[in-house]
Amino acid sequence: MTKHALSTRLWHWVNAAAIIVLFMSGLNISNAHRHLYWGRYGFDPATAWLDVIRFPGWATIPQHYDLAGARDWHILAAWPFAVGLLFIWVAMLVNGHFRRDLTTSPRDWTPGAVLASLRAHSPGTAEGSAGHRYNPVQRILYGMVFGVLLPMMVLTGLSISPGFEPAAPWLVELLGGRQSARSLHFLAAWGIFAFFLIHIVLALADWRLILEMFTGGRREGPAVAPPPPAVEGVPQNG
Amino acid sequence: MAEIRRRSLLAGMAALGAGACAKIPGGKDGQDLFDAAEGGHRALQRALAGKQGLAPEYAPEDRSPTFRGNGSLTVDSDFYRQQLASGFPEWRLTVGGLVDKPLALSLDAIRALPQRTQITRHDCVEGWSAIGEWTGPQLGTILEAAGVREQANFIVFRCADTLYGSPYYESIDMIEAWHPQTIIAHALNGEPLPEKNGAPLRARIERQLGYKQAKYLTGIEAVASLEGIGKGNGGFWEDHSGYQWYAGI
Repeated sequence: MTKHALSTRLWHWVNAAAIIVLFMSGLNISNAHRHLYWGRYGFDPATAWLDVIRFPGWATIPQHYDLAGARDWHILAAWPFAVGLLFIWVAMLVNGHFRRDLTTSPRDWTPGAVLASLRAHSPGTAEGSAGHRYNPVQRILYGMVFGVLLPMMVLTGLSISPGFEPAAPWLVELLGGRQSARSLHFLAAWGIFAFFLIHIVLALADWRLILEMFTGGRREGPAVAPPPPAVEGVPQNG
Repeated sequence: MAEIRRRSLLAGMAALGAGACAKIPGGKDGQDLFDAAEGGHRALQRALAGKQGLAPEYAPEDRSPTFRGNGSLTVDSDFYRQQLASGFPEWRLTVGGLVDKPLALSLDAIRALPQRTQITRHDCVEGWSAIGEWTGPQLGTILEAAGVREQANFIVFRCADTLYGSPYYESIDMIEAWHPQTIIAHALNGEPLPEKNGAPLRARIERQLGYKQAKYLTGIEAVASLEGIGKGNGGFWEDHSGYQWYAGI
């Protein structure tokens, strides 16, 4: 029994590539009008709620200011990102990954549960690596990414496309109007970036985690071996 | 058209597969991949929104306090300045190409046609939006009057303004041309079109981005193909900087 299903691994790397292209081309697009607004319209920087910095060339695709070129990349990478998200949601629901690893109970949201799992699973500790059950913090974080941030990118991206809007004008209004949708697109992108940083730092703490995202790894648990008798839910090796 | 749609959808799916294999666009094949992805978005948007799906229209109080001008803000010619000062008495909008009855319409003739007034949002490719009330005849009314032929696949908008030394132009397909909100606007917020917004005439293509909304219109041309017009990419920005011809995204 592998720890990571083939569908998870496939999606993980395709999505990683898509997100990197989308984020960096998105920074180039942001440079075209570096002001964010709330509401339906907005063009006057004096009414902006946020003036965004100019992102440097090394952070953007292409590496120089090129709105048309950046849009080419953004429009292309949107396909594997959006279709991939649909794919992984269906896969997670079918193979039980969602029910097993991402669902939370009210108990998981208490500060005590969060603090306890942070203490027990901080990187470098034995429990921090290769755990076979997701702890409450993981469940909440991954749940937010899958349930909120990633879908928000697709929904806000569709909402700022005038050609899509006639299909669901209510969606644009629900998000507060086109300029609000654009602001939310920007905010959700940085939310994903924050997750990306944490994700990378924690994965680099144990290179086997990265390897397992290629090979699938082995799931430790009742399906392979009986759980250790002493403490339930703690991996047998570190 | 159904065949073209199916093909672009297939091309979009092919682009998806190629993208998943981390093929790096660049060169001609790369541009084909980008074009396929763009075609896929167009096919999907049209399938979801329908050919006649309407862009949202707003109430008068939803309008932005002003309407930003962008790109060309005037036409640098003595004829334009003189016409602007006198209310464009000699300005003509020619309607030609694949039509049975070529026309040359004065502003009075355009104002005498059945009018549509719509309060819509203008989205610039840069990201900003403005909301204004536009008035003018539907493009479909003009195309019917000119007897546009079946061979016409695109409508090209000819403009008086130039950017970087080249005349501005734009083009749309017949789905967008016959769309009820596609109008030739001569008024903004109840006043004659201001200079910076394209006086005396501009196109309103409400389901696409700002660079499709050609200003300072002098002609409408029905064509079978975009080859041979400008550099063949269907518009000034498409030719000059590689902007996407389909601007619904």
